[in-house]
Amino acid sequence: MTGPMSPTRSPLDPEHGRHLLLQMLRVRQLEEKCVELYSAAKIRGFLHVYIGEEAVAAGVLETLSPDDALVATYREHGHALLRGVAAGAILAEMYGYVEGCCRGRGGSMHLFDAATHFYGGNAIVAGGLPLAVGLALADKMAGRSNVTVCFFGEGAVAEGEFHESLNLAALWQLPVLFCCENNLYAMGTALGRSESQTDIALKAAGYEISAWAVDGMDVLAVEEAARRAVDAVRSGGGPHFLELRTYRFRAHSMFDPERYREKAEVLRWQERDPITLLRSSMEAAGQLAGEEWAQLQADAEAEVAAAVDFAEAGTLEPVEELTRFVYSERSAP
Amino acid sequence: MKSSYREALRAGIRDAMQRDPRVFLMGEDVGAYGGSFAVSLGLLEEFGPGRIRDTPLSESGFVGAGIGAALGGMRPIVEIMTVNFSLLALDQIVNNAASLLHMSGGQFHVPLVIRMSTGAGRQLGAQHSHSLEGWYAHVPGLRILVPATLEDARGMLWTALEDPDPVLIFEHGSLYNVAGELDDNAGPVDIDSAAIRRHGSDISLITYGGTLPAVLDAAEQLAGEGIDAEVLDLRTLRPLDEATILESVARTHRAVVVDEGWRSGSISAEISARITENAFFDLDAPVGRVCSAEVPIPYSKHMELAALPSVERIVAAAQEAAGARG
Ligand SMILES: Cc1ncc(C[n+]2csc(CCOP(=O)(O)OP(=O)(O)O)c2C)c(N)n1
Repeated sequence: MTGPMSPTRSPLDPEHGRHLLLQMLRVRQLEEKCVELYSAAKIRGFLHVYIGEEAVAAGVLETLSPDDALVATYREHGHALLRGVAAGAILAEMYGYVEGCCRGRGGSMHLFDAATHFYGGNAIVAGGLPLAVGLALADKMAGRSNVTVCFFGEGAVAEGEFHESLNLAALWQLPVLFCCENNLYAMGTALGRSESQTDIALKAAGYEISAWAVDGMDVLAVEEAARRAVDAVRSGGGPHFLELRTYRFRAHSMFDPERYREKAEVLRWQERDPITLLRSSMEAAGQLAGEEWAQLQADAEAEVAAAVDFAEAGTLEPVEELTRFVYSERSAP
Repeated sequence: MKSSYREALRAGIRDAMQRDPRVFLMGEDVGAYGGSFAVSLGLLEEFGPGRIRDTPLSESGFVGAGIGAALGGMRPIVEIMTVNFSLLALDQIVNNAASLLHMSGGQFHVPLVIRMSTGAGRQLGAQHSHSLEGWYAHVPGLRILVPATLEDARGMLWTALEDPDPVLIFEHGSLYNVAGELDDNAGPVDIDSAAIRRHGSDISLITYGGTLPAVLDAAEQLAGEGIDAEVLDLRTLRPLDEATILESVARTHRAVVVDEGWRSGSISAEISARITENAFFDLDAPVGRVCSAEVPIPYSKHMELAALPSVERIVAAAQEAAGARG
């Protein structure tokens, strides 16, 4: 079930390449800072970083329109950021401050943003898939040409909700793009220890959904595949499925002692760091000068520094507001 | 010997595995990862992958398979990471495990144990922090255990495995690191009765699980104010040990129930109702309750703390009950 990749990729526009590099760097640097802030006890709860997997969100989100909807998992800082949620609002959320994108109610695992149609952070594995199906159903019923993109890990493939959602989406020909971020491990469980059939795209094909496996470390490949899939979905081609083959460089969460994989394996994958891959190929093609790279890094750093300042200046929501948002607030008659 | 709550649970699992070859443990990341809360750490090496079985992320599937294995003569211990994830298996637990004996006219027993963590206090937000054991206690056919001490963490499992019916064990997340002295000979304990953890004559503070430490602290504080509180640890939420509750209230004439679950339709409501139904004329004050605020548990620390029962709120509720005219 591998993709419909064009045999020859169109030459990279250097400006676009630098843009993709910046997008990945923004996520990387924000999350490096999150890890640091977690160690400093500024961020609490569970923190799951996406370091190593940035090409997936960067490539896919590049292809979306502002009205498209997004559903993600608890490993969603990068998706939120690239969708347009301000880095400051994301960090303030993790600080538990009212200036956060969810007033501090959600935290790292539950970033939401209505303005950018970001339907969250979901901490129940596979819990987002049925939501994505419903969002797509609403678009279809209302006659809108939006696409809903749903991200989830390969661990979610074992849940009933995965299978129920794929079937519904295919049965009703809904405008949804399923993006499986296959980083080979669900916490400590390697794919081969949890799936009898490890070809995930094949499972989607079993539901009559067009499904392609893509190198998730190659942001250009991700972008190309996502663009074809999104275009197909938007033009009424029914649900599509991408299996994005990637790797998480860090522990599952800040509590994971990583007993289940060899350091050497992590190092091997780090050689295919998505940022380094694009950077090297652009450098080799003479598309990225030293000072341009330095500028990208500086831009990403500046954004993170400003976000930290914003979060540090945050304030606590008054406890009197604790019971708000359990039911909708209606204005008095 | 020194033991943590986590180590006491592990000793209980190891003991059960050694006693009975039909016992096995299955759940997500119980093996190679070492258990999401490290309860099963080292057991894979000791007992092998046949009996320490890592499962895919398929709560409904592997809980249901546990029920089937129990029907087939095994004695499964199924671990679900947290109570919020058990909702994916609710169908199997309620429609199968709890009902099979009755539906089959007494033919099919389900000797299954399901363990899971519960509760808030670690800033994990609304999808990882709830206390739904009271919900499960609503269901006939299930036995609900809530170990709060090292002895119970060590000893409840074996007794639960000997029960011919499904037993759910709820381990409050804040207890795993609690450490103390555990008798070298600690072993199986009864799973029928409530325990009085502190004797007192002025008021009965009734609680279980994760809130027991706060209630004991509150009792100490109340002692300084001349209020001699009795602390009752329910240990089992279903069936409730009504006799011990009523006997305590008959002596103290006042009661406050402390429960991390939400107040409406909660186990605290059930206990309060039983006291008023059966000991109304022993009471010198209305039964008080300290529960969690009726919100999905928020992430931010100050909001989460404000949502949960605290020593201050327990003390205040006890003072109010004690101050009521007898
Ligand atoms: C229903 C459910 N079961 C268990 C968990 C605990 N848990 C959180 S993340 C995770 C692993 C998920 O792996 P995968 O879907 O591959 O995503 P990744 O974390 O690798 O991005 C597990 C078991 C959960 N959050 N929800």
